[in-house]
Amino acid sequence: MNQSEMVRSEHEPLVETIDVKTHFKTARGIARAVDGVSIQIRRGQSLGVVGESGSGKTVLSRSIMGLLPRNGVIREGSVRYQGQEIGNRSDKEMQSIWGREMAMIFQDPMTSLNPVMKVGKQIAESLRKNLGMSATEALAVAEKLLHDVRIPEPARRLNQYPHELSGGMRQRVMIAIAMACGPNMLFADEPTTALDVTVQAQILELLSEQKRERNMSLLLVTHNLGVVAGYTDEIAVMYGGKVVEKAPTKTLFANTKMPYTEALLSSIPRLDQPSHSRLSTIPGRPPDIVHPPKGCRFAPRCAYVRDLCLNEEPELQQADSPDHTYRCFYPVGSPEYLERRVELTRKGELVESEGSN
Amino acid sequence: MAGTGKAHLRDDQNVLLRVEDLVVEFPIGRTGLKVNAVSGISFDVLKGETLGIVGESGCGKSTTGRAIMQLPSPTSGSVIFDGTELTTLSGEAMREARTKIQMIFQDPISSLNPRRNVRDIVLEPLSIWKRGTNAEQLAAVDKILEHVGIDPQRAAESKPHQFSGGQCQRISIARSLVLNPQMIICDEPVSALDVSVQAQVVNLLEDLKKEFELTLVFIAHDLAVVKNISDRIAVMYLGKICEVSSSDDLYRNPAHPYTDVLLSSIPVPDPTVAIKKISVEGEPPSPVSPPAGCRFNPRCPNASDRCRSEEPTLREIEPGHFVACHHPLTGGEVPVTVRSN
Ligand SMILES: Nc1ncnc2c1ncn2[C@@H]1O[C@H](COP(=O)(O)OP(=O)(O)OP(=O)(O)O)[C@@H](O)[C@H]1O
Ligand SMILES: Nc1ncnc2c1ncn2[C@@H]1O[C@H](COP(=O)(O)OP(=O)(O)OP(=O)(O)O)[C@@H](O)[C@H]1O
Ligand code: SF4
Ligand code: SF4
Ligand SMILES: [Mg+2]
Ligand SMILES: [Mg+2]
Repeated sequence: MNQSEMVRSEHEPLVETIDVKTHFKTARGIARAVDGVSIQIRRGQSLGVVGESGSGKTVLSRSIMGLLPRNGVIREGSVRYQGQEIGNRSDKEMQSIWGREMAMIFQDPMTSLNPVMKVGKQIAESLRKNLGMSATEALAVAEKLLHDVRIPEPARRLNQYPHELSGGMRQRVMIAIAMACGPNMLFADEPTTALDVTVQAQILELLSEQKRERNMSLLLVTHNLGVVAGYTDEIAVMYGGKVVEKAPTKTLFANTKMPYTEALLSSIPRLDQPSHSRLSTIPGRPPDIVHPPKGCRFAPRCAYVRDLCLNEEPELQQADSPDHTYRCFYPVGSPEYLERRVELTRKGELVESEGSN
Repeated sequence: MAGTGKAHLRDDQNVLLRVEDLVVEFPIGRTGLKVNAVSGISFDVLKGETLGIVGESGCGKSTTGRAIMQLPSPTSGSVIFDGTELTTLSGEAMREARTKIQMIFQDPISSLNPRRNVRDIVLEPLSIWKRGTNAEQLAAVDKILEHVGIDPQRAAESKPHQFSGGQCQRISIARSLVLNPQMIICDEPVSALDVSVQAQVVNLLEDLKKEFELTLVFIAHDLAVVKNISDRIAVMYLGKICEVSSSDDLYRNPAHPYTDVLLSSIPVPDPTVAIKKISVEGEPPSPVSPPAGCRFNPRCPNASDRCRSEEPTLREIEPGHFVACHHPLTGGEVPVTVRSN
């Protein structure tokens, strides 16, 4: 690679989506699971994707990977990998990208592992298929990979079936399979939910190491805001199929703009609260993605809603810094927000203890 | 007797579940070796109480939950639920007993039948046990679905794969609730949920607990959630219980070195706080040939010769706070009552 190519690839995103839409045909109508998402991930960068259950985090990752059901899907927009359009490629054309270029750690380890195949063989198959290793070579590498993801007694584990492993071990097997071919871009969909905090810390450290040493890019889907706080450079908050706020990690926590993001952050149970404290929740349900609300999708649940929000959809706004964007008419700190906040506090509807930390 | 002691068991007429000397082993092929998944643990849960179980991945939490349900029956030990010894029940009687104890599993999607619509999945236990008329069953199901935040109409029209991971977990919680059980064993019930739904589910479980005098065993990795929901917490390490205490006390005053490591590894939702380097050294231990003495000794910064030969038993270091450790972190300041079994 010559100098100018190096410079270009530093600045160009490794993965880019432009107004990606992934809609499903269902009995009730079109489900807008991902509804116009534009994100960029540079080499060696990690993007955290957070948002309520059903907000489209998994479907977004799958849309980029090209891992969507064959039937009943409507796709729009552009997905680029190293500057090349891959959104329209067939499964066959994607084979050369899956595994070595992009890999994914799936959310539900039990349904993604083959229940009747020993875990060693499952890892080895991927190595043989993608890297052309011999059977014995692949098994040796598989053992090393299990060791890397901190599975005790890797040699014995190679010969076990998925149901013989604990939940956290199954999740680590999935991670080992995804890491097997040294991908440039790793999608990790809730990679540590089944892990205790000590192993979680080790796995996240391992992913960060890969990021640093191999300049791997990472899209980390998680609902654990402690994890995103510590291990991502940037965060995208999703709501009802859209990215509603995106900012560098520190900025997002320090200078939250969307009332939704604020509500999400305040529902985290905190260790400094006594047990049985009532947790603060967001009232209502996530939006129906088949019949989304007309204006702001968060409006039916937002404490700061006004007429405008019900009728018009907010465009992407830029906050104080150029890399911080959000979709809201009355963001945190705006005069309307503050006015409503005073009202809510007076009516006793704002109960969470602010700034006690 | 090998085991971690019973000093923490309570002599209370309100005990709903009492587990003693529970051992679960899995033979490894024809090698004659076995996995010591659970190695002689004892605990009890009072009516209306929530017991949290935390510990390293693979330490035997799910196995313990399943052994209570006799899925499969433990290798040895006793499980007394509401005065009945479950380990010797016949198949039919055990099936009946299982309507009173429900379990919510770790993998939300794979525990739901992929071919049925979600409303039927939630309704199934009611129809198996012929509870009420068809109309009553449907009304009960829709009420529960509303409770857990799933639109009943959508549930009637959709299969599990059409829901997200978190939605599937709420569906399995709804299913476990329809039979009005006395006790629910929740194995990672909220780990697939985002924080706002997690908060709703935790609040929901708290409400249901009050409303129906529900008793909970709550297995989870998120220590902030466990702290919030539990009255009492048992910390497990490699098939043993190493610390038992009221929830607030455990976090304020961890006495076992492993509990201390666990609490200090919690990621803080604040990007300005530097990530702590993991303070637990060494390889995760093998449940096939667990270390002699204290099972934590190969990784413990305080291990002494005594720790390598003599197994510590649970003893009370403060009222209601029990630890199985020869050199507890907070034992020094308080008078130690040694009460070993
Ligand atoms: N094959 C499908 N057919 C119809 N709807 C689908 C399909 N797959 C996903 N959906 C719907 O798309 C929406 C987004 O789902 P997705 O799995 O991306 O959510 P998520 O953000 O990953 O949630 P979670 O945190 O619970 O995993 C959900 O409402 C889901 O029910
Ligand atoms: N059916 C089985 N056959 C063989 N070994 C098993 C079986 N089920 C569990 N084990 C082993 O027993 C030990 C305890 O497993 P268990 O699933 O109880 O752990 P856990 O504490 O729930 O872990 P996690 O937090 O990862 O879910 C593990 O070493 C596991 O591999
Ligand atoms: S646009 Fe209106 S409804 Fe939407 S988040 Fe902002 S204030 Fe709330
Ligand atoms: S008994 Fe010894 S080895 Fe075990 S935790 Fe206590 S100090 Fe550490
Ligand atoms: Mg998902
Ligand atoms: Mg488990």
